[in-house]
Amino acid sequence: MNAIFLMLMGLGAMALGYFVYSKFICEKIFKVDPNFRTPAHEMQDGVDYVPTNKYILWGHHFTSVAGAAPIIGPAIAVIWGWVPAFLWVVFGTIFFAGVHDAGAIWASSRNKAKSIGALTGDIVGNRARSIFMIVIFLVLLMVNAVFAVVISNQLINFPSATLPVWGAIVVALIIGQLIYRKNMSLLLVTVVGVIALYAMIYAGPMLPLALPEMVGPFSDNQSWIILLFVYAAIASLLPVWMLLQPRDYINGIQLFIGLILLYGAVLISGPDVVAPAFNTNVPEGTPSLIPLLFVTIACGAISGFHGLVSSGTTSKQLDKEPDVRFVGYFGAVGEGSLALAAIIAATAGFATLADWQAIYSSFGKGGVSAFINGGANILQAGVGLDTVLSQTLLTVMVVLFAGTTMDTGLRLQRYIFQEWGSIYNIGWMQKAAPATLLAVGSCLLLAFGAGGDGSGGMLIWPLFGTTNQLLAGLTLLVITVMLVKLRRPMWYTLAPLIFLLIMTTLGLLIQLKSFYDKGDWFLFTMDLVVLVAAILVSLECSSALTKQIKANKANPAAKEA
Amino acid sequence: MSLDKFKAWYQKASFYAEEAYNAPYRSAIARAKREQDDLFMLLIFSEMMGVPNPASYYTLELQPLLMERFHDWHIRMGLEHSPLDNIKCC
Repeated sequence: MNAIFLMLMGLGAMALGYFVYSKFICEKIFKVDPNFRTPAHEMQDGVDYVPTNKYILWGHHFTSVAGAAPIIGPAIAVIWGWVPAFLWVVFGTIFFAGVHDAGAIWASSRNKAKSIGALTGDIVGNRARSIFMIVIFLVLLMVNAVFAVVISNQLINFPSATLPVWGAIVVALIIGQLIYRKNMSLLLVTVVGVIALYAMIYAGPMLPLALPEMVGPFSDNQSWIILLFVYAAIASLLPVWMLLQPRDYINGIQLFIGLILLYGAVLISGPDVVAPAFNTNVPEGTPSLIPLLFVTIACGAISGFHGLVSSGTTSKQLDKEPDVRFVGYFGAVGEGSLALAAIIAATAGFATLADWQAIYSSFGKGGVSAFINGGANILQAGVGLDTVLSQTLLTVMVVLFAGTTMDTGLRLQRYIFQEWGSIYNIGWMQKAAPATLLAVGSCLLLAFGAGGDGSGGMLIWPLFGTTNQLLAGLTLLVITVMLVKLRRPMWYTLAPLIFLLIMTTLGLLIQLKSFYDKGDWFLFTMDLVVLVAAILVSLECSSALTKQIKANKANPAAKEA
Repeated sequence: MSLDKFKAWYQKASFYAEEAYNAPYRSAIARAKREQDDLFMLLIFSEMMGVPNPASYYTLELQPLLMERFHDWHIRMGLEHSPLDNIKCC
């Protein structure tokens, strides 16, 4: 099987989804109205509510939702063979993610651009809202812990990337200063910044930097994780314009460069997919494909995190309602194409099946480093970049994404702690520094508690997936209840919702058993908490929907709105 | 390509780049700026509310300049009506 064929099939199917299915969903189900006054116009204030050109809004939506997660998930999931991962990414993007993302923007813009959390309270009920807050906190906790582990692993695997990864922070700091203090032309600064970053990527392989194997009582892996959290804690306390904003901007550029390079290299070199279509010979200890595939790939197929972006910021900038199709649905297609690139790199980037099997020697192995190694081989064959240089380039891309997500995630966690501080009247918890310390502490506890040496962070990847899917389920529930209220067909959002809830609950049960067998009580407890949340979400779904359907039946006079 | 065409293209590219850079963070930055401005308002009007301010001799002349913002400020601070006896804006 040639990777070009895989790429064209995947991209073609997603394009078809965009041109046909999203048109149907937006026009017939959401019934978007070009004359509807969106909150961006209704409440325009130049701060939060700003009508924004749809291409710019798409770029900003896409770069906020696409990160390291759509690379990590698929790169782990190809262990079951490329067909299951490919099908779930493609069909997930078309029927789940696109509908979910566009739906979240639509639901929010129809409700004064409130966030999905607030909408859950208004439309489903206050109990559901509390569950929502807990699930969000768990998602943030896990994402920070997992990403710290991912970054530290890559810095150890690819020491050539250490210099550009940390150097990128310096570049971002300088860009921030030049733009805000010196008011320099952004285009000029961009060109200089990107050249500086790539110069460092070029210099990286000549100056590989690694930590000593033991730093005091900590292994190199653990020291990297601690260093990363020290960095993230400081970064999350800085004003956004200083570091986060220029970093995000560079990442956006990196994302497009990376995607173009990878797809271009696949087209030129046309590598063969060496991984089996269905892996019948999975390493021992690999959990069953159903349901674990559907929680291992969350971002790239459907991810609740998108709902937060869609309803929190994107919906406040929506110029015209029909734009939800391009911004939301096509944003999901963009992320699906990143996940597809990850699948291709992790399955077609190796010379033989034996090489591939050596990398995927057990569940959770492979993953990002398979993406980087495979992607680098494809880049070398396609565009002729030196392998080590390509590895450095891809490592920098993944690590920068993950690092920015840690910065944002820690910031959000701090806000949650500060909010709890004000709810329960705890004075010190309302201050930024102690709240950040609490957030970092809980993440470190998870990163170290999960595996002892910090490397166990990857064990929680599927657990992160389940939490993320629960969040998506809650968003789909809000959209479904709104549709039922408007007396429109509900199955286009209800079917994905039911599917997600079943797979998530099954996934949690299977993992619960494996944590129990291993005697890993820390993760067992975490799993149990998420399982309770999953059951509560399912109960909320059935009660909210039956209530609304009964209300509709009791009042048949009201026609479709 | 003629110079005019290039200029037009450059301006368009600049616009998109500026928007891509600023749009995601516009609200966070505006909010941070507002917080700083609010603190400044408090310093300017502190004497009137019984908080002694050694710089009030200098800040007094700034008061008329900040009058426009006064109403929005006290609403934001959670006071429905003007807290000052001598300045009634609502």
